[in-house]
Amino acid sequence: MNRRGFLGVLVRFSGTVLGGFVLYPVVRYLIPPPAPEAATRRVVAAKKDELAPGGFKIFPFGGQPGLLIRTAEGDYKAFTAVCTHLGCTVQYKAGNKQIWCACHNGAYDLEGRNVSGPPPRPLEIYQVHVTGDEIVVEKAKSA
Amino acid sequence: MMPALRRWLDDRLGFDSILHLAEKKEVPVHRHTFWYYWGGMTLFLFGVQVGTGILLLLYYRASADEAYESVRFLMTEVSFGWLIRSIHSWSANLMIGAAMVHMFSVFLLKAYRAPREVTWLSGAVLLGLSFAFGFSGYLLPWNQLAFFATKVGTDITGALPVIGPFLLRFLRGGDQITGGTLTRFFGFHVAVLPAITTVILGIHVYLVQRHGMSVPPGIEAGTASPRKMKFVPNFLLRDMVGWLAALGALAALAALFPWELGVKADPYVPAPAGIKPEWYFGWMFQTLRMIPSHILGMEGELVGILGIGAASLLWVVAPFLDHPSGRGARARSWTIVGVIAILYVVGFTLLMYKPVKP
Repeated sequence: MNRRGFLGVLVRFSGTVLGGFVLYPVVRYLIPPPAPEAATRRVVAAKKDELAPGGFKIFPFGGQPGLLIRTAEGDYKAFTAVCTHLGCTVQYKAGNKQIWCACHNGAYDLEGRNVSGPPPRPLEIYQVHVTGDEIVVEKAKSA
Repeated sequence: MMPALRRWLDDRLGFDSILHLAEKKEVPVHRHTFWYYWGGMTLFLFGVQVGTGILLLLYYRASADEAYESVRFLMTEVSFGWLIRSIHSWSANLMIGAAMVHMFSVFLLKAYRAPREVTWLSGAVLLGLSFAFGFSGYLLPWNQLAFFATKVGTDITGALPVIGPFLLRFLRGGDQITGGTLTRFFGFHVAVLPAITTVILGIHVYLVQRHGMSVPPGIEAGTASPRKMKFVPNFLLRDMVGWLAALGALAALAALFPWELGVKADPYVPAPAGIKPEWYFGWMFQTLRMIPSHILGMEGELVGILGIGAASLLWVVAPFLDHPSGRGARARSWTIVGVIAILYVVGFTLLMYKPVKP
C-alpha cells in the first residue's frame, strides 16, 4: 500500500470512528429512560355508593386506566381498561352486558374474555374488595 | 426593476440563467394533460401549510397542561385564529388528497417508468412524510380524539416484529402517551419533518425538471408526438387558476365547517363511540377493524399490519417490477393492480364511515 492509499484508509477509518462517537450519544439520547415499574398493586377505585347497578368507572391504576363495573345484580368486577387489540380504553355497555372498545369494535364478556371483534386476548382481571365504604381493586399476585 | 439594479443583481445571482431555464421548459399537451396539474396543486397546498403553520406557532404552547387551552384561546380570542387553524387543518386534508390523486394518476399513466424511478420513490417518501405530518399534527391540540388516535397509531408501530418495542418508546417518549409524547410530536411536526421534507421535495422537483413530464405509453405509441405548451406562462397560469380555486375552496370549507377542537384529552375516560382517524388512514383502520382476532395461529392485528406493509412495499417498488412498461410496452396487469388499489382504498375508506353498533 502506498502512502496515499494508507492515508485514505486512515481518514475513512478515523471518520467512521468519529462518526460513531458522535452518533452513539445522539441515538442513546433519543431513547427515553425506562419509567420505574409502578409499584401500585392496590388502589381505592371508588366509593361504595358511587356506582349505580349497571354503571362503570375508569380509574387510574399504576399509570394505566382500570375499569370498575357494578353489574345489574350489584356485584363489582374490575379489569384493566386497556384493550388487548391496540391499546384503546374500553367501556362497559350495560345493555348487552359487554365490555366494548369503541376504536375497532372489540367486545369482551363480564369475565374479561374476548368474545367478538379483533381483540386477540382476554382483559386482565383484578380482585375487588369492599372495605367499609371503599371499593378496593387489587392485582392478582401472579400478575 | 431599474435596468442598472437588475444588471447588478444578475451579475451576482444569475437571474437570467434561471429565466432561460424556465423559458425552455415545455409541457406535452394531450388528453391526459389534466393530471399534470396535481403535483403543482400539492405543492401549493404545502405552501399554505407552511404559512399557516408558522402563524399557529405564534400562539401554540406545546405542553399537556397548556396545549388544549392555547388552541382554544387561539380559536376564541385571537382575531382570525379560528380561520388560520381551520385552513391549516383543511389544507392538510386537501394536500394529502391532491398528493393521492397525483400518485394514482402517475401510477395509471405509468409515469414511473425509466428513467423516472427515483422521482416515483422520492414521491412515495413525500407521501409517507405527509402522513407523518398528519399523524404528528393531529395530537398537538391534545384533545380526546387525538389522544386515542395516537395511542392506536403508536401501538401499531409497537406491534412490528423486532423494532416495534423500540419504535413505540421512541415515538411516545416513554411507555404511555403523556406530555412527553406531545413535546416529541411537536418537535417532529415543526422541525424534523419540515427539514427532511425540504430536502426530499427539492430532489423530487429537481428530478421533474431534469426528466420533464412523462408522456403516457398510449400517447407515445401514437403516430404524431403530442404538441407542447410553454411552462411559463401558459402552463403556470393554468396552474394558478387551479390554486385560486383551491384557495376559494379552503376559505369556504374553513368558514362553513370550522375545524372543531373537541374535548380535552383525559387518559382516564373510555375511547368515545364513533372514534375514527382522519380519512387518509381510513383504509388501514377499517382493515384492522374487520380482521379476525386470529388468522392461522397468528394474531390478526399482526397479520393485518404486515399485510398492509407488504402491499405498500409492493406499490412503492412497482417501477422495478413493471418490466413491460419499462420497455414501452402496454402492461395491463399493472393497470389492474392500480385499479384494485384505488377500489380498495376508496371502498374501505367509505366503509369506515358506516356507523358501528356496540
